[in-house]
Amino acid sequence: MSAAGAAAPFVRRRPPAAVRRRRLLAAVAEHSLLVAAGLMFLAPFAFIALTALMTNDQALSSRFWPHPFVWHNVVQVFHEAPLWRYAWNTTIYATLATLGLVLSSAPVAYALARMRWRGRDAAFALVLVAMLLPPQVTVVPVYVLWAKLHLVGTLWPLVAPNWLGDAFSIFLLRQFFLTIPEEYLDAARVDGCGEVRILFSVVFRLARPALAAVALFSFLYCFNDFFGPLLYTGENPAHWTLSVGLEQFRTLRQVEWNLTMAATLVVMAPVIVVFFLAQKAFVEGITLTGVKG
Amino acid sequence: METPAAGAHQPALATARPAVDRRRARRRADWRRRGLVLLFMSPWIAGFGAFYGYPLVMSAYLSLHHYDLLSSPRWVGLANYRYLFDGDPLVWPAAKNTLWLVAFMVPAQVLFAFGVAQMVARARLGTGLFRTIFYLPALAPPVAATLGFVYILNPATGPVNAALGRLGIEGPLWFSDPSWAKPSLVLLALWGIGNTMIIFLAAIVDVPRHLHESAELDGAGPLRRLVYVTLPTISPVILFAVVIGVIDAMQYFTQAYVAADIAGGSASNAASGANNLGFPEGSTLFYPVLLYQQGFRYFNMGYASAMAMVLLAVALTFVLLIVRHSRRWVHYQGGAR
Repeated sequence: MSAAGAAAPFVRRRPPAAVRRRRLLAAVAEHSLLVAAGLMFLAPFAFIALTALMTNDQALSSRFWPHPFVWHNVVQVFHEAPLWRYAWNTTIYATLATLGLVLSSAPVAYALARMRWRGRDAAFALVLVAMLLPPQVTVVPVYVLWAKLHLVGTLWPLVAPNWLGDAFSIFLLRQFFLTIPEEYLDAARVDGCGEVRILFSVVFRLARPALAAVALFSFLYCFNDFFGPLLYTGENPAHWTLSVGLEQFRTLRQVEWNLTMAATLVVMAPVIVVFFLAQKAFVEGITLTGVKG
Repeated sequence: METPAAGAHQPALATARPAVDRRRARRRADWRRRGLVLLFMSPWIAGFGAFYGYPLVMSAYLSLHHYDLLSSPRWVGLANYRYLFDGDPLVWPAAKNTLWLVAFMVPAQVLFAFGVAQMVARARLGTGLFRTIFYLPALAPPVAATLGFVYILNPATGPVNAALGRLGIEGPLWFSDPSWAKPSLVLLALWGIGNTMIIFLAAIVDVPRHLHESAELDGAGPLRRLVYVTLPTISPVILFAVVIGVIDAMQYFTQAYVAADIAGGSASNAASGANNLGFPEGSTLFYPVLLYQQGFRYFNMGYASAMAMVLLAVALTFVLLIVRHSRRWVHYQGGAR
């Protein structure tokens, strides 16, 4: 009896029924709010997808469920607008820009993070300023520059700047490079590695998640970019990207919401597929942008 | 007689030449290192020069000129600025629209993202699933997301107004009503808070457990723990979200352009979206949209440059203000920074 009494403090006492009931209700309330919010976040996707499969008449009615399902709409949009061409332009833009951005930003980030030189802090401050500056501040002279080079109407003005470093990517990579323990670099130096070798064989290998995140963000940014392509390819439909093409789609097909939503769905799909393939890199990358405040 | 000094002298003589060599080698290594820094930094030096340094100087220059890209710039002194501050009937409404975003959309986004993150953090089931669901819309390309919302909120046949109609409520005209267009854009923005939510979520999960436990021992309820433990600990992340939000609000363009163009589409004809900018009645004519219109539709590039200079001044002031002011309420772990 006394032994049980002594052991009692170690046994977790069940909270009284009233407290338990309140906790249960609180948990249900919390989760139901979460579920409701989740459904609201999914609803727009559902409406877009459902409308994309309706007949045009039904899209203009207030019924939610397609009757009949017109799967052909998704094929139809490729005939209505040269979506393959837009997709190709987008791919060129995103691929070349991302390649250049990673190759040019990583060495800059390394020099800012792991090499000691005078003026480094000032250079980093300039990176921050460039990152925070709205692009509209510099857009007029940059446009004039490309116009003088007769490259407005091509994808060059969109791709080329990425080969000269991107402020946000430099910032992100620098933050990551700072977290690499000095011992790794010293070990490589003792083994007779030069800084170039260290960058390519040690730092790049350790920073693979950060490089992946930067590449992913860049690709996504290019895919979603509207201001740039509108500005530089707006007058030349042969070089339109998906964003510009989609925006113009509805002006072609005045009130056909079903086809417009089908095109919207087609443009959204690749991003969502990529997300599910690379979910971990996404979440890690976003967290990386936030941790250093 | 061998003195210790002489003994010490002998080796010193022997190493005299190597010492010079070593110094020379070190200097050479220094130069090599400097060259290497220059090599690594070269993309950014060129990029900053070409896409920030030169344009900023050129912008200041063009802002004092009349320039239309065809003829050479003509000096007009401060005329562009005079027209901007006193004359242009659209600048002030556009600036007010943008300030509206800063005042209402940014706080709404930050609060909502925090609320969702807090809910996901406290959920005991399906955290991963919910995180994915709330993050996903942030990935939707802005043009596609805006098109979707213009359809969903379209007054006549959109699902939202249809649902409201069934409940006996007459829905607003959303993107077609000057007083509802901006709130509609806020709804669109709230749908896309995924990035901020993920950052908040990571920060909330990282709040040290012992802080919560000791607060609980002191008798603090969930609300007090939120106010006195969670919020102060994650304040740098809140600052980050606010700064990014304000910066984004100041360059808010794509959604406004697309929503105005699509919602106003039936009003004008298909030829050019320019006529629809700001639809309806200028309620979505934000400062960057006006700048785009002036610079790239009317080719008033001198005037657009003047607008850009004002935007630069405002953006820099905003960022400095927020960063300065934050010292008072932002708590960094591990002391001062």
